[in-house]
Amino acid sequence: MDEMQKTILDYVKREYLEEDQEITPDTPLISSGIVDSFSMVSLKRFLEKKYNIVIPDDRATPQAFDTVNKICELVRAIQEGR
Amino acid sequence: MAYNEAIKKAYQEELASLRAAGLYKEERYIHTPQAAEIEVEFPAGTSPRKVINFCSNNYLGLSSHPEVIKAAHEALDRWGFGMSSVRFICGTQDIHRELERRVSEFLGTEDTILFSSCMDANAGVFEAILGEQDVMIADRLVHASIIDGMRLCKAQQDSYKHANMEHLEEKLQEHQDKRIRMIITDGVFSMDGDTARLDEIVRLAEKYDAMVFIDDSHATGYLGPTGRGTHELYGVMGKIDIITTTFGKALGGASGGCVSGRKEIVELCRQKARPYLFSNTLSPVIVATTIKVIELLSQTADRREKLLENTAYWKKGLQEAGFILKESDTAIVPIMLYNAKLAQDFSRDLFEEGIYAIGFFFPVVPKGQARIRTQISAAHEREHLDRGLEAFIKVGKKYNILGKTKEEIIEMYGL
Repeated sequence: MDEMQKTILDYVKREYLEEDQEITPDTPLISSGIVDSFSMVSLKRFLEKKYNIVIPDDRATPQAFDTVNKICELVRAIQEGR
Repeated sequence: MAYNEAIKKAYQEELASLRAAGLYKEERYIHTPQAAEIEVEFPAGTSPRKVINFCSNNYLGLSSHPEVIKAAHEALDRWGFGMSSVRFICGTQDIHRELERRVSEFLGTEDTILFSSCMDANAGVFEAILGEQDVMIADRLVHASIIDGMRLCKAQQDSYKHANMEHLEEKLQEHQDKRIRMIITDGVFSMDGDTARLDEIVRLAEKYDAMVFIDDSHATGYLGPTGRGTHELYGVMGKIDIITTTFGKALGGASGGCVSGRKEIVELCRQKARPYLFSNTLSPVIVATTIKVIELLSQTADRREKLLENTAYWKKGLQEAGFILKESDTAIVPIMLYNAKLAQDFSRDLFEEGIYAIGFFFPVVPKGQARIRTQISAAHEREHLDRGLEAFIKVGKKYNILGKTKEEIIEMYGL
């Protein structure tokens, strides 16, 4: 697991999960019902602050935020100007 | 664009996918007034059958109470049927203002504004009083109408884990740079039947200079020593800045809702809340009858006490039979089954036994937390509750879940 995966995984666990819940970078979060899309606003804010990026609303979709790996992919894409 | 074949097909496919996912909602036709015993036609086209109702919000049994019906008849004769106007053109009778005054007095607030529903109150209030420099911090299990209202508002959104005061405190610390921090919660959470810890929430609000909003729809009229609601239960009357609630549950159950709270907030809603400005006035019959309901509640605590006794009896009976109940401190009593199909099958079998109680499952509640939600009423007599318990036990035995742990039920039926 790289640094970004670890940072985001830790945040997701702290922000959304109860102590007895475990996830991996590939665990579906929104489509599985673990996290609801309404609560994801804080994740977007965290990513923007942590990685100094702006995530356009049309890219902050439930699909793009569904797993830690997909979130990392989105952050990298925006960092690289894609 | 015409309503062409392609559009029609797309809608049909969407409906089909709802059916395939088990999310299609079938309405059940009731052939009687709302009461503890009702006649229900289900499936549509079959003969109505007599069942005991365990799924209405008729907490105090006032929906078809003789005095309430009498008051409604008199109001119809005295005030007419409709006003054919929004409030600020020609839709305000003196009784509308009188009900606002009575609600303020009942809830212990400064002022009140009526809406067509609590859904409308929640849809309108945030946008009317918050702006971009503010933040709304909501419990993650708040009602859908609050989420919709928050989405219509330009203020920043945030949320905290359900009932987790440490998490709320972190959020309040994080947002100290905002102009207004508003803590938003249901008073009673409708799916679990638990209450928000308003004493703790008010303490945090005072510590971090935040306002407090509660939707008390499932509490107004019966919770707290004199039925004022969750704020009375936790001893924080006068400390909640905004209370939204409904007349569609304990208070007679017809329709209508309100925003009640700080004077300036109510005044701003009257000027700016769009569901208030652009929808019809509340019908005079509902207004005058709700005034009567509040009078009835202020005269006697009998119905409230009966509801509490009924709820305690119901919970005890279910627990002794070996069901797992969600910990609730209200008249909402969820029986945990965990598996969605089991909840649906259980509800269907209860109906066959003459008991009307609905199964709830994802996405209405989190995955793996399917349940039968029962709601107790002061209209229930002991005989209704005993018949309900008998049916629950019979169906519980059929599925072999009595006395079983959560893990054992999940092992048998899956999540």
